[in-house]
Amino acid sequence: MYFRHFEDNAAPGSVPRPSDLTRREFLTLTTLAGTGLTLGLVLPGCAPKSQSSAVATADRLVMPFVRIAPDNTVTVICKHLEAGQGVWTGLPAIVAEELDASWEQMRVESAPAQVPLYGNLAFGGKIQGTGGSTATANSWQQLRQAGATARAMLVAAAAKQWNVPAAEITVSEGVLAHAGSGHKATFGELAARAAQELVPTAVGLKDPATFKIVGNEKLPRLDGRAKSTGKQQFAIDVMLPGMMTAVVMRPPRFGGKVSAFDATRAKAVPGVVDVVQIPRGVAVVARDMWSAKKGREALTVTWDESGAEKRGTTELMKEYRAMAGEKEAVSVVRRGEAEAALAHAMHRVEGEFEFPYLAHASMEPLTAACRLAPDKCEIWAGCQFQTVDQGNAAAAVGLKPEQVFINTLAAGGTFGRRANPESDYIAEVASIAKATEGRYPVRLIWTREDDITGGRYRPLYYHRATAAIGKDGKVAYRQRIVGQSIVADTPFAGMIKNGVDPTAVGGSAPEQYDLDHADVSWSPAKVGVPVLWWRSVENTHMAFSKEVMIDELAEAARKDPVEFRLSLLGKHPRAAGALKLVAEKSGWDKPFAKGNGRGRGVAVHESFGSVVAQVAEVTVSGDKISIDRVVCAVDCGIAVTPDVVKAQMQSGIGYGLSAALTGRITLTDGHVDQSNFHQYQVLRINEMPRAIEVYIVPSTNPPSGVGEPGTPPIAPAVANAVRSATGIRLHSLPFDLTAARRGSSQKAT
Amino acid sequence: MAITLNVNGKAQELDVDPEMPLLWAIRDHLQLTGTKFGCGMALCGACTVHIDGQPTRSCVTPVSAAQGRQVTTIEGLATPAGHAVQEAWVSLNVPQCGYCQSGQVMSAAALLASNSKPSDADIDSAMAGNICRCATYVRIRAAIHQAAETLSATTGGHG
Repeated sequence: MYFRHFEDNAAPGSVPRPSDLTRREFLTLTTLAGTGLTLGLVLPGCAPKSQSSAVATADRLVMPFVRIAPDNTVTVICKHLEAGQGVWTGLPAIVAEELDASWEQMRVESAPAQVPLYGNLAFGGKIQGTGGSTATANSWQQLRQAGATARAMLVAAAAKQWNVPAAEITVSEGVLAHAGSGHKATFGELAARAAQELVPTAVGLKDPATFKIVGNEKLPRLDGRAKSTGKQQFAIDVMLPGMMTAVVMRPPRFGGKVSAFDATRAKAVPGVVDVVQIPRGVAVVARDMWSAKKGREALTVTWDESGAEKRGTTELMKEYRAMAGEKEAVSVVRRGEAEAALAHAMHRVEGEFEFPYLAHASMEPLTAACRLAPDKCEIWAGCQFQTVDQGNAAAAVGLKPEQVFINTLAAGGTFGRRANPESDYIAEVASIAKATEGRYPVRLIWTREDDITGGRYRPLYYHRATAAIGKDGKVAYRQRIVGQSIVADTPFAGMIKNGVDPTAVGGSAPEQYDLDHADVSWSPAKVGVPVLWWRSVENTHMAFSKEVMIDELAEAARKDPVEFRLSLLGKHPRAAGALKLVAEKSGWDKPFAKGNGRGRGVAVHESFGSVVAQVAEVTVSGDKISIDRVVCAVDCGIAVTPDVVKAQMQSGIGYGLSAALTGRITLTDGHVDQSNFHQYQVLRINEMPRAIEVYIVPSTNPPSGVGEPGTPPIAPAVANAVRSATGIRLHSLPFDLTAARRGSSQKAT
Repeated sequence: MAITLNVNGKAQELDVDPEMPLLWAIRDHLQLTGTKFGCGMALCGACTVHIDGQPTRSCVTPVSAAQGRQVTTIEGLATPAGHAVQEAWVSLNVPQCGYCQSGQVMSAAALLASNSKPSDADIDSAMAGNICRCATYVRIRAAIHQAAETLSATTGGHG
């Protein structure tokens, strides 16, 4: 998910948690945070007015983003959530580069919830959170500066200790040296002295041409070993003395409320400790997960469904189709004379597209732990919106946000699910702690069924589009999008400008191609099914219809799909560059052996500041689609950790293939039809392409997103490949060849 | 009811419901949290452990069924295959979020114990029960091949 604009609605920040700091460190850190003299947070126009002593401690250098200890470890304080996307590797790499540290000495830990110190600069610095593929982009200058500042202080300390000019000191692989005198010292040996140095107001940053760690293809992930040996701790693994485990029974339809409940049988289940009502349902608290689950099975709840959503997805899609025909709509892009151009076209294609609700289905079901005291609330979770979660937990327990201490753990996936304005699962655990008066620490676990039926889905969407080429060669494009807004009626509603919600309808064809005539409009739908950003947000559906329509238009005009796209990318040189690279690496200009159901297709899409182009090669056998090979080119600016970039492209492709091949949440009479992985099917290893080749476009631009941009192009690339192989137009997700063979109103003219 | 479990070579007595899945017994009562909960229906493989060397979904195995047998979790994985798999995992940067990887490693170690040189198809077949939402599958395949080579080299090609 991402934010272009948002309201100033963040919960006020807290002070850092003092557990790992000495009192003096803590006081110094908070004092500096209050005056803006924090290292690494020197924003343009906000340079410190005066120099100050560094954050001096007895034996170590402590700064907001970097800590250097006598044991020679360098710990990067990470303000972002590690959910697999690699920030625990990429952000330390930025610091290590400017610090000239050795990779082996780097460590990482999560920052406490605190704005503005740890705010996401892409969100205006007012919210601490991860999303929109912004972690590296917004940290780039901040962490380069932090690393360079720490380096300068180490050098200054060495210069004094050795009585040599600072300019003659070299730093390499975590060792400072002075050639003339033969002096050498590690960071750890100099940490205490460096902490006494003044914080420089300006430091020089490296010439990117000299980078050794940033851009290193071989950099091991800092979390690789812990995650290969079962040692990585997730929220579900938190064990606190006396801790109980809770599950919650929630309304069977969205919008339902507890009317009454009978806990007699649930309380009779051995191990069950408490049954309490919370705003979102009824919680069963027990000494372990098994007892909690059995207790929930024995619980009887009567629901008030007067305000519940009772429509099913079949009815909703029917309503959406009708809405697409209504004249009144929100204009998204209007350019040239679309109506006239479409009416007098030489080649014209039309399409209707349907996209289902999708669950995120992270492997770690939503989990959070809470310990509540009269004046303090501690939360352990894979927090994606630390300060929002802090505010929501505070409201749930009736404390001030600064009395809530957020411990951000590695998340077992998120794909956007953990970043929700209501902090649903965190508010739940806080409510349980409140209802049980803090008698014990409590851990809330969502079962997989809770997760799949729990809402906050990628919205259901319907698109209707027409694309055409006139006799003058100019392209016209008309599109209506129907579906729910993700941010309407939330604190993020400020992102909606002139009625246009970029998280619903951004990334349309006229934004991404040089089209002369365009009319893109949106009909927002009001539905009681809670929705949310899902890896790449609006691009999950906007890229699909765009790339399929453009491809079909190329076919109608008998043009090569790559050449046709390039002719429309004159004002989009990065997209053209990625497309050319993927064409070259996939051998697009070479004859492709079709037949036996084989075909190939291409797609390109820009999202989160990056461009990704993909070529998919498929084999269609009966009604089964196999993806044999995917070639991917990405322009993400400077690739800080190229192997992580490649991993994110592979991951984005796999995640997108789940949605293309099988992903679908449906509702009947307001009840979700799927409950676990047997019904909500996701990609397995046997469906993953044998070959995925990723190429990174060389760039000197600042880094841009990689967590999400790999997802949008894969579904249209596969649809275009299937059409190339079989002539069948796949316009709805997940792909259903049987239904598509039966035909529809979609046809080229 | 008292249940005696042998986990990672250590016999331990637990007072739990005999129907409790082994997963929750080892996580909640033995505090061995490397084994993960993913679905509770043997659909995702995150909870994979070895029982007498066989990969087993602990989320649907009653703790009583594990009595008298050798249970190995990721914390106790010490076979040559297990070690080779973990080293290959680290060197190829397989994990992303990492949550499913204990189960992936346990399934991969069991595969290599029974098939010293698996093909891609063998790997797909043996690993299809282990879901990874980060889709680290391409690297899982590569890492299993690499681990097989390591094992083959250390056993003189007779792995």
